[in-house]
This record gives sequence, C-alpha cells and structure tokens, in this order.
Amino acid sequence: MLKDERYRITIKLKVNGEEKMVDIRTADTLLYVLREKLGLTGAKPGCLNGDCGACTVGINQRPMKSCLMLAAETEEKEIMTIEGLKSSPMQKAFIEHFAFQCGYCTSGFIMNAHLLSKHHPSGSDDIIKEWLASNICRCTGYKEIEDAVKSVLHFSERE
Amino acid sequence: MISFDFEYYKPATVSEAVALFQELENQGKQPRYYAGGTEVLTLGRLGLFVTHAVIDIKNTPEFQQTDANEDWMIFGAGVTLTELEDKNLFPLLSKSASEVADHTARNKITLGGNICGHIFYREAVLPLLLADSQLAVAGPAGTNIYSIHDLFNRRLQLKNGELLVQVFVETKYAALPYMSIKERQQWDTGYPLVTIAALKTEGTIRVAFSGVCSFPFRSAEIEEMLNHKETPLEARIQTALEYIPAPILNDGEGSDRYRKFVIKNLLFDIFTELGGT
Repeated sequence: MLKDERYRITIKLKVNGEEKMVDIRTADTLLYVLREKLGLTGAKPGCLNGDCGACTVGINQRPMKSCLMLAAETEEKEIMTIEGLKSSPMQKAFIEHFAFQCGYCTSGFIMNAHLLSKHHPSGSDDIIKEWLASNICRCTGYKEIEDAVKSVLHFSERE
Repeated sequence: MISFDFEYYKPATVSEAVALFQELENQGKQPRYYAGGTEVLTLGRLGLFVTHAVIDIKNTPEFQQTDANEDWMIFGAGVTLTELEDKNLFPLLSKSASEVADHTARNKITLGGNICGHIFYREAVLPLLLADSQLAVAGPAGTNIYSIHDLFNRRLQLKNGELLVQVFVETKYAALPYMSIKERQQWDTGYPLVTIAALKTEGTIRVAFSGVCSFPFRSAEIEEMLNHKETPLEARIQTALEYIPAPILNDGEGSDRYRKFVIKNLLFDIFTELGGT
C-alpha cells in the first residue's frame, strides 16, 4: 500500500481473479470503488445503509454488502462481483424462472444465492430464507426468485 | 459516500493499536477503532459520526480468536456474528447473534461492535450478562480483566482509548437450558420490539432484556421476583415488571403498553418452557 497523501492510498485489489491497482480515498466504500474506479457497475447503490442487499458482492467466498466495507480493508481479499460469474447455474436459473422485473436487485440476489449454493448445496428452506432475507426486491418478484434458487439447490440434492 | 476524510491504519498487535490511538488522539484526530465498521460507515455517511483516523484492528490475533477448553470459552471481540453462529461454542450466544440484522450484514458485524456500538439494542450482550462473563480490555495501562457486571451499565463503560479485546465465558454455561426470543413489530427482520434471553442454572432462571428500555439490562430484582416459586407465576411476572430500571420505550416499534403486554407473555412462555413455574 503506497501512501502518497494523508487521505489517499494506492492499493492492489484482486477482483474476479484479476489484480487491479487503484488510487482511492481511504474513506471510499468498496461499492464506490468497484463502480467508479473499476467500471464494475453490476453491484448497485440501493439504500447505501446495508439494508437492501443490491450492492452484494463476494469477499473470500462470503456475501458482503459492499456499501458496508471500505475498499481499503479489502486488500489481500478475493473480491467477486456479478461480472465475474460466467453463466453460473444460478444465473441460468434466474433467466429460466424469469426471476427479475426491473433488474435492480438482481445482481445482489444472484451473488448471495450463488454463494449460498456453494456453502449449502442442498440448503433447506430455512437456510434459503435466512440467507435471502438479506436482499430486498421492490418489484416483489420473490416467488420467482425463490423458485430459481430452489431449482439450483434442490437439483444439487438430487445429484 | 462518506463526505469527510480520515486516515486508515492497520496495526498488527493490540498494544500497537492502543499506542496509535493515543498518538492520534494527541494530534486531535478523534481516532476510532474499526472492526466490522458498519456503524462507522452508516452513521458516517449520515454525518452522525465523524472521525479523522480509523484504526482497523481486525488483523490482531487476539481479536479473531474463538476457542474453548475445559474451563473457558474465549471469543475475540473481532469475531463476526456469523462466525459465532457457525462455531456455536455457546448456543445461547449463537442464537442471540443469529437474530441481529440479516445474514449478509452479520458477515461484517462483530461481537465487540454489537456490544460497544451506538445503536442501543446490543443484543449480543444479553447471553454474556447471563453467563457472568469476563472481559479483557486493553488500554494505555495494559490489558485488564473485568467482570461484565463491573463494566457494563447500560453500555460498556470504556474510557477513551480503551478497547474490548476478548470475552471469556465459563464452559459450563454452554450446556445449560436456554431460550432467546426476539419479537419484532412484524416479520422476521428489523429492530426488536422486545428481546428476552434466558438461562437456567441451579434451579434458577436468569433473564436479560433488550428493546424494553433504551439499553439492554439484566436485573437482580426482576430475577428474584420471577424465581419466587411460592407465588403464582402470573403474579410474579406482574410484580417483576415494577422493577424495570427505566421507562419502557414508546416508539415506532411499539407502544410502552404493548411492550408490557409482550413482555408478560414472553416471560410466561419462558418460565413455562424452562420449568420455572
């Protein structure tokens, strides 16, 4: 980490498997840096308060709300954004089940659900509910989202 | 977006963090320890909190320790609430932690942050009050161990520059019968209307409360009333409510009268379930 001013630093972030050097304010959130410095606009600013989940990304394979993280604290961590998922089972399921309307919450839901499927490949309804309660859909597309998520988890169980 | 600027430090040890705090304080930078940082970011964005230096203490080993031996369970103040749940060393603490915020937020919220934060519910402290925990606090004079009952009065009474490092709970409490009920205004997310945690030990049921007053608490007088088995349970509950230590909250989550109604019913359920009738 190179410090060239008191409140600015240059850090190395590992995003979607690639290393990126970025110049940031130490007060910048990860969400801001991803969108404004790296052009990764998949994570969305919703509430900016950690309530809605539209900004969800993966940090070391765990879902995190990027509006609740400083970019400075993510050095040496593996950051995964929606842009880093390539035709994952969860993305296919969301398309097949039409689990989106306006699409604003979709990247956050898919990131959280994708990581849920990695931690709990055969997750029960209670675990699905617990994890996905972290995300809000104002279009109320919850039923289709639930169907999409369950199609991936329960498919894993059948295998 | 946080409109004010601050310096960011990442010390490797607790003593380094404490020394850094003193140095930055002397420079007038209003330093703050930063663990999960959720309150720093949310309150900072709203301008309700200002600092010009944050000290990220997550990397210090003691802060991340979660362990148990024959006599003690050790919880680092920097352990996240989901890590507490996953390790499940102290089931009552896991249960209380699992009801805070939502799952993704709990990947960031830490035990120390929840106990020491500005938001007054501090539900993770309830099991620690019930289990007569010990707290390791680091400060300019070194690290000292305190009983939680000597240090927690409405909030953790830390002096400027002091830092909660670890919490110790006797292992015997992990196996005791317990209950933790969080009633909200509606659904399963949001701040509590009333949270009651209970632990049964040696024939006595201990209880601790959050969401009732503007601070979490455990009351010896309330426990004495509730455990007075010669009196019918409903009468004991009615009397115990007179010992609530401050006015009951009357806010957007619910009225004071409704809270009282909920408390009575929860206590009845808890004492019936844990065999305290």
